[in-house]
Amino acid sequence: MTLIETILSVGFVAQALRVTVPYALAALGGTLAERAGVVSLALEGMLLFGAFTATLGSALGGPALGALCGIVGGLLVAAVYELIVVRWRADQVVCAIAINLLVLGLTRTLLVLVWGSASSSPRVPGLGSTGTWAFVAAAAVLALALSELVRRTPWGLRLRAAGERPDALASLGVDVERVRWGAVLASGALAGLGGAWLALDVGGFSDAMSSGRGYIALAAVVSGKWRPLGATAACLLFGVAGALELNLQAEATSLPRELVQMLPYVVTLIAVSSVARGARAPSALGQPLG
Amino acid sequence: MGKRRLAVLALLVLANAALIMWGQFCVGAGVGVRSGGTRGTTAPRVVDAPVSAGPSVGAGVRPRAVRVGLVFDVGGLGDKSFNDLAHAGLLRAEAELGIEFRYIEPGDGADRESALRLLAAEGYDLVFGVGFIFTDDMRAVAARFPKTHFATIDYAVTPGQSAPPANLLGLRFREHEGAFLVGAAAGLVTKTRKIGFVGGMQIPLIRKFEAGFAAGVAQVCPACEVLGAYAGTEPKAFADPTMGKELALAQIARGVDVIFHASGKTGAGVFAAARETGRLVIGVDADQFDEAPCCVLTSMVKRVDVAVLETVRAVARGDFAGGVRELGLAEDGVGWVYDERNRARVGESVRAEVEALRQRIASGELVVPSE
Repeated sequence: MTLIETILSVGFVAQALRVTVPYALAALGGTLAERAGVVSLALEGMLLFGAFTATLGSALGGPALGALCGIVGGLLVAAVYELIVVRWRADQVVCAIAINLLVLGLTRTLLVLVWGSASSSPRVPGLGSTGTWAFVAAAAVLALALSELVRRTPWGLRLRAAGERPDALASLGVDVERVRWGAVLASGALAGLGGAWLALDVGGFSDAMSSGRGYIALAAVVSGKWRPLGATAACLLFGVAGALELNLQAEATSLPRELVQMLPYVVTLIAVSSVARGARAPSALGQPLG
Repeated sequence: MGKRRLAVLALLVLANAALIMWGQFCVGAGVGVRSGGTRGTTAPRVVDAPVSAGPSVGAGVRPRAVRVGLVFDVGGLGDKSFNDLAHAGLLRAEAELGIEFRYIEPGDGADRESALRLLAAEGYDLVFGVGFIFTDDMRAVAARFPKTHFATIDYAVTPGQSAPPANLLGLRFREHEGAFLVGAAAGLVTKTRKIGFVGGMQIPLIRKFEAGFAAGVAQVCPACEVLGAYAGTEPKAFADPTMGKELALAQIARGVDVIFHASGKTGAGVFAAARETGRLVIGVDADQFDEAPCCVLTSMVKRVDVAVLETVRAVARGDFAGGVRELGLAEDGVGWVYDERNRARVGESVRAEVEALRQRIASGELVVPSE
């Protein structure tokens, strides 16, 4: 098989889509939160906790319940984050990092408490091919729906206003805090679903399994210019680069492995610095409400 | 305006306090609750224990239990691998020699050295550090406590660095020898003549596995092709099952029908790929049969338990010697799994051939390349 044949094969496309799914779900969530003016550095923690609760759910009642529990797990982390940064108006970057560290320690502790292992859970029912495609389809539908929602609905207008001119929005009598609450909760649900994918795809939880995907998703939010479809496209680009990396490694080419492994990150860097060059962050991003 | 700033400041302080408390909770969970057992103190077999509690550390055999302290690697107890094997070694030593032991599970990073220091200061006769990451801390602490015995599992030898202090034993495994055996097993059972290797982080330690494995395959099946892939170049490459699964699937798409992984938790994804596609997979460090009962051919085992037990025995006998010691097939430090669970899958002829190779390596007739 030559590399060109590989890239054109169904298997490669499927692999690229699978790699994309968790990034895309997290990045969609990140887009919503950031458009409302809340920094979404906590995506990493939401992914990880979603993966943990999804594993619990799947152990109790199968992958569907697992996916649901993943959403709930993401919501829980989002609620805590939100309480601290939206309600209590603390510094968003500092608190997001704190949340990520907290989730890392918490999942480790819970892993020991629930399953008596410091490294991984026992096997739980995974997705299977139907579930895999359901996730891919869900990510695609969500990307389209959220794009419409942000661009064309009153809710979307309020969301954008909360991130651009929260004072103006407040002067119209809209409760900005509530808008931000909604956006962050939605981001938690989406990232939690992305976490559920991570766990259900391999049929179990292992310590720190989100592996920095939340940060890459945040980079996708920026390169996608804070638009749902843009962020999804950035994730897809990253997914294709990732799948290319996997296949170049399997191909046993003469290229040095280190070079091949850099590929997805180089692509991300180029995307952020070229495509997103003209992009402007929401003006009130990261600013607590007055 | 002033009120809001005050609120933010208060919150930051609160968040900080929460973080610090969280940190202490983690350390506490490691040192206090879960390590709690200085086991053996109440056991009847500890006879003749001197009443004086003074740390009488010495090389000679004394009529009292040897006290052993152990600090786990980051994964901690319950990792179903490395750390659990070290723990198993302690339990065997307890049953056999009536030792007292205590272990500490450090959180990430800097607690490691303080944990070692704590055990040494409390007068333990022998202090273990499990994992290559301990190498530098061990050297420092061993120099500070010259009367205590220290041992590092997976001691990392840095070119140009001086030999370890006389009271420090650096234990190393010839992983490539064990990998060679499972490579031979893979080469004998493959039908497609394509075999995969999935590594975690790209470091010399993991390359040793790959080199030995590829040599084992080539020994029995010169026409076979080994496809190698690594999950990354950072430590997180050992904890990314999603990546492991996709790497394995990319190899399987190219016709690979046996995959050996040496990738820590990333391997969970390799097992998932095997379960989905029915391809064979080879575990690492411990017997990983349970990860994919449908598909595990065998596992390359690293006898950390044997290394721990042997070292404790040496201290009990009073002939502990520092330096770097390598454990390979000849010392039973590495091996492969062949038992009632995978007997049918491996087959008698493959077993015989692999065992013959083991003999030749153990006797020194056959030398396995490590890179």
